[in-house]
Amino acid sequence: MKRRIWQVAAAIALNPFPLNLIRGRIYQGPLKHICVPALNCYSCPAAFGACPVGSLQVTLASVRGWFSGMAAWAAAAASLYVAGVILLAGAVGGRLACGWVCPFGLLQELIFRRRLSLRLPVTARYLKYAMLAGLIIAAPLLLPYPSSPLFCKLVCPAGTIEAGAPLVAYDRLARVGAFDLGWLFAWKASLAVAIMAGAVLISRFFCRVFCPLGAAWGLFNRISLVAIDVDRSKCTRCGFCRGVCPVDIYIYEDSGSPECVRCFNCTRCPESAVRVVLRTSPAGRRDGVHEGGDITKQGQHAKSGGAK
Amino acid sequence: MRRFLTVAAVAAAAAVLLAGLLLGDIGVVWQKAALICLECIGIG
Repeated sequence: MKRRIWQVAAAIALNPFPLNLIRGRIYQGPLKHICVPALNCYSCPAAFGACPVGSLQVTLASVRGWFSGMAAWAAAAASLYVAGVILLAGAVGGRLACGWVCPFGLLQELIFRRRLSLRLPVTARYLKYAMLAGLIIAAPLLLPYPSSPLFCKLVCPAGTIEAGAPLVAYDRLARVGAFDLGWLFAWKASLAVAIMAGAVLISRFFCRVFCPLGAAWGLFNRISLVAIDVDRSKCTRCGFCRGVCPVDIYIYEDSGSPECVRCFNCTRCPESAVRVVLRTSPAGRRDGVHEGGDITKQGQHAKSGGAK
Repeated sequence: MRRFLTVAAVAAAAAVLLAGLLLGDIGVVWQKAALICLECIGIG
């Protein structure tokens, strides 16, 4: 519950202009230069800041002279700023922002129905790395005509839901007629509906399968400042951690898993075996982060049904 | 070792962020981003 309060507070803080939703405007003041550590669309009428995923695509493409026509070195420096925001958030918390800040993660948690839940195939998680490497980094740098950020344009449901839908609704309700909707909006709307349907059935579906930001931050989970420590002398491998985990992992198997969104639900462990540590603290150094290792017979038992 | 990596990662990330802030003219990029954003979200 405490985390939910943080998530709601973060969503409000990142979107302090809700009246823009009914005015059909996008805030474009100086605060928009701030890159926020969450998938919160630049184009959302209520948003004050810029999404790092969209920003990175734009700044990288600008290095080659696309979009802005600015000097390559200046665009490269802007890319450094955006990359720095992503890297710093990752180095400090790994995927901490996924679990505590990202409004799109909150939305998925709100619509997920555990009664209907399905298990995600393990291989599906690798798609988000392809998104990160292909659409976010390679496409802006290599494609001959990166006419717009491809991930935002072709995939991102956050943009469709937070920005496209309210703007189109305003456009139609106020009879402005500014938008000529075509195949692209139809595709984006269909994909957003499909991903949201997936999120009803599979906890944090988008985060686990598609999100390039989560993919980048997940790479830091093993070395991030804020970490999860599992005391193996206390852990009974009962499977409680997996039962409360939004991304279905056994934290005692790998506390640095790139999939972990650092929600810390697992710290409610009945054996008090799981806790949050700062990796530079003496406690964090003493215990380390006990990763990997054998899965005991108890663990295998939990995996096969003890985690209900 | 891992502690060293943690500190190095935080320091390096902060350095990258600061370099970008000090050297870049991010406002220009964002002005252009505002123009293309409608296409990015599937409208316009």
